[in-house]
Amino acid sequence: MRILCAALAASLAITAASAAATLDTVRQRGALVCGVSQGLAGFSNPDAQGRWTGLDTDICRAVASAVLGDAKKARFVPLSSKESFTALQSGAVDMLTRNTTWTQTRDTALGLNFVATIFYDGQGFMVRRGVGVDSAEQLDGATVCVNAGTTTELNLADYFRARKMRYTPVVFEKSDEVLAAYQAGRCDAYTTDQSGLYAQRLKLQDRNAHTILPDVISKEPLGPVVRQGDDAWFDIVRWTVFALINAEELGVGQTNVDGMRTASADPRIRRLLGADGRAGANMGLDAEWALRAIRQVGNYGELFDRHLGKASPLMIDRGMNRLWNKGGLLYAPPIR
Amino acid sequence: MTGWLRVRLFPGPVNGVVSVLLLAAIVWAMAPVVDWAFISADWFGTTRADCSGAGACWVFVTARIGQFLYGFYPETERWRVDVAALCLALGLAPLFMARAMRGPGLVFGLAFGALVLCGMLLIGGAFGLPYVPTRRWGGLMLTLVVAVVGIAASFPLGILLALGRRSRLPVLRGLCVAFIELWRGVPLITVLFMASVMLPLFLPGGAEMDKLLRALIGVSLFAAAYMAEVVRGGLQAIPVGQYEAASALGLGYWRSHALVILPQALRHVVPGIVNTIIGLFKDTTLVLVIGLFDLLGMVQAALTDPNWLGYSLEGYVFAGVMFWAFCFSMSRLSLRFERRPGVGQEDTA
Amino acid sequence: MRRRSADGHAPAAFLWQALILIAVLAGGAALVFNTLDNLAARGISSGFGFLDDAAGFGVTMSLIPFDETASFARAFVVGLLNTLLVSVLGVALATVLGVAVGLARLSPNWLLARIAGAYVETLRNIPLLLQIFFWYFAVLRTLPAPRGSYALGEVAFLNNRGLYLAWPEAAAGWALAIGLCAAVAVAWSLRRGRRGPAAGAALVTLAALGWVFSAAAWERPQLAGFNFTGGVTLIPEFVALVVALSTYTAAFIAEIVRAGVQAVPKGQVEAADALGLNPAQKLRFVIAPQALRVIVPPLTSQYLNLTKNSSLAAAIAYPDLVSVFAGTVLNITGQAIEVIAITMAVYLSISLGIAALMGGYNRAFALRGAAS
Repeated sequence: MRILCAALAASLAITAASAAATLDTVRQRGALVCGVSQGLAGFSNPDAQGRWTGLDTDICRAVASAVLGDAKKARFVPLSSKESFTALQSGAVDMLTRNTTWTQTRDTALGLNFVATIFYDGQGFMVRRGVGVDSAEQLDGATVCVNAGTTTELNLADYFRARKMRYTPVVFEKSDEVLAAYQAGRCDAYTTDQSGLYAQRLKLQDRNAHTILPDVISKEPLGPVVRQGDDAWFDIVRWTVFALINAEELGVGQTNVDGMRTASADPRIRRLLGADGRAGANMGLDAEWALRAIRQVGNYGELFDRHLGKASPLMIDRGMNRLWNKGGLLYAPPIR
Repeated sequence: MTGWLRVRLFPGPVNGVVSVLLLAAIVWAMAPVVDWAFISADWFGTTRADCSGAGACWVFVTARIGQFLYGFYPETERWRVDVAALCLALGLAPLFMARAMRGPGLVFGLAFGALVLCGMLLIGGAFGLPYVPTRRWGGLMLTLVVAVVGIAASFPLGILLALGRRSRLPVLRGLCVAFIELWRGVPLITVLFMASVMLPLFLPGGAEMDKLLRALIGVSLFAAAYMAEVVRGGLQAIPVGQYEAASALGLGYWRSHALVILPQALRHVVPGIVNTIIGLFKDTTLVLVIGLFDLLGMVQAALTDPNWLGYSLEGYVFAGVMFWAFCFSMSRLSLRFERRPGVGQEDTA
Repeated sequence: MRRRSADGHAPAAFLWQALILIAVLAGGAALVFNTLDNLAARGISSGFGFLDDAAGFGVTMSLIPFDETASFARAFVVGLLNTLLVSVLGVALATVLGVAVGLARLSPNWLLARIAGAYVETLRNIPLLLQIFFWYFAVLRTLPAPRGSYALGEVAFLNNRGLYLAWPEAAAGWALAIGLCAAVAVAWSLRRGRRGPAAGAALVTLAALGWVFSAAAWERPQLAGFNFTGGVTLIPEFVALVVALSTYTAAFIAEIVRAGVQAVPKGQVEAADALGLNPAQKLRFVIAPQALRVIVPPLTSQYLNLTKNSSLAAAIAYPDLVSVFAGTVLNITGQAIEVIAITMAVYLSISLGIAALMGGYNRAFALRGAAS
């Protein structure tokens, strides 16, 4: 009974506490908690030592270094796609960097805010070579393995319905289970974002026996997500991403960033690296927020190469993900 | 020997035929299994090249054993897990000794102390031990942490709930019944999902809780409901005379239960308690659904390593054997309890 | 004061209860307000309106027609029916297997008893989730692709996409179902001893059944394109789940059956022997009726466990309630609280419903005076 009284007191005390802004929460905690995928090569994947690597995890590290001064203060919580939105809404994580597709419903009805696109992707199919399929149009009647609760699952349904083709979806929680089932022959095709297909194909033992079909059946702009209603935090994450893209455009990279801050006369670079202007102060951060992010993780181009592009085992072509002035879609507003 | 064979296997013609058929079936079914698991199996090495492929590739297990046992716990700190396990074993051992039960307060105190000490060892951050966050915990160690904490928390909670359900206060009784039936009526997987992602929605903004802690709360409350029903069974078996006698001695509600009723009731239901504990131990595997890597979760993660694809059978067999060894020894231990002379008989008269 | 607090009549007792009630209500209110605050702060809409929206996804297996244009509410029904299907089938198989193993454990044949014992000790000491993974991922791998299917004539095919069976076409299917029901009814009345008219009815029914079987249009599975079409398909997820659930639960049922049979007093068995009953009669007329009283209550809780355990389907892509509704639907709509509340309410009502039935059974069949 005394316990119950104590519980009563505790519950009243808890109600008295009020909601805090994400930035304050993160600072108080001294760590940034990011929801990431449970293992997707190139985006977020734990290596043998349990260290998370990939484009998504480095975006999180960049925000951690901008806000907390240290990329090591980023913490990663692996989430299934099913858990991810609830985890963000509930405050279990500060932001999602888990190759999440930006859609209208998610942006509005789910109480989420999409920050920026860090990877332009599209959904594709992987099939075994030698089954005589070289276009997605030939998949009528196929069994397709897919991740639960993703836009992929919905695009798949749309695609087949629009073409009056039949299909059987087999829906798993984790990407690893999807792959295991595809490998075991449960499905004729495996569908997810093309980058994901390239990444997953690496895990197959006989990877040359599988081919990725050229068809792209959807638009998949992937990017970080924050909760709706905290504009200050939204700005910080968004401009950290823009800083990395601007850095590539301005030729500022991990190796030359420190020299550039003092040596560069380019006002755009000086504003980016905090030598001039109030970019950091405008967001409640210090002047070197972007400098640290670039020094500790690199600019966007370096990230892409390291995790997805030519320096990675995935060897994905930059394609749409080139800068706007090189024929791609990446276009970050200026910092000034 | 021949006499034994004749009595056991060939008591009559029909039984004889059945025995022979069964023997043949065993040999037919088990020979390939034994061959795969032992005779043609590869035991030593470091990469998949060390496996011939004729039988099981236990190299997969031996190469990964560190992760299976400790998860992502830092390698230099793993000794702490070993010491914690040892300290836990020593702390709990008296619970299984008949003589020690004469002073239950001391024994439970010791066990509780061991638990606290273990927790401090594993978490660190004091006494010069570096802090190891719970997200690095995994493997068998995490399985044991979830099971031990779940048992330690659900046992007292279950007793309180059982007493509450038999209370004469209608409000208290109603609440306890509602609590117990609610938890027993839903699958653990939905409870864990709620604890893992929805709990923060119930708490005031900014309040945070460790993911493992949230899972532990879910598992403990779930197990407490089952424990309560087992304990209630024991309480119902106590004759009214015992209550009256305790009351006649001038003992109040709590003292009569602590000194007279509960010691008898709990002895009656030792098998039920152990079954609940075994169930809880097996249920720890469900935490993998919410992204914690217990032993089974660790094995599954290892199965997706591109260097070791295709060894799912070895992985599952290893995990199965480990779980089996723990659960089976627990059920044997409970048999010893039941058979111990003097315990369980002395109070029925 | 403490003594009286347990008494329920003293004023202190009312005070205590009032305090407890206030504490619980306050705690509950705090939770509700927190949640509402959090939802409002995060701009999450609440309510059950989303159930009418179009689902937009497909499912592997559905007992009722379902396509992408159906509503979320229909997706809920699909999941619920799949859960019930797996549970009912699992319960039936587990009971048969469990009773067999339980009786085998009591067999005078030492070897048979030992094998049954080994079965029980192995299966019940290994986590169910692991067993499901084993059946699904380890056994599925050994099956051939559709083109190399194991075939049983033209009526059954087994491959890594599942088990394909010939199935009567719609009209014939109904005729067959009605015929089977009639046959069961006849068999029942035969057992009740009304032999004269029943025998006549039986002959007519059998003839009708035979006609339906031979004349019915059977839809046979055909290899077309990627896979077999036509007939009925048991997907591997379904098979793995049913096998794992029923073999696991059978181990517990076996122990319950054994305990029940052993609870029958020795004197009863000896009396039956003295009456000259053969072993089958002994089981049917003496042992079973008495053992059932002991067996049925724990058996029901095993059935409930099996139903709840079927929620593990989510781990292997079987579209049950948790997988379809608390998985895909939750994720698309983001209505976590509503979806989880509905899911828990479904399981809770199944549990409470069966518990109520059980209470009725106990009151009707418990031995008078033996309850203690």
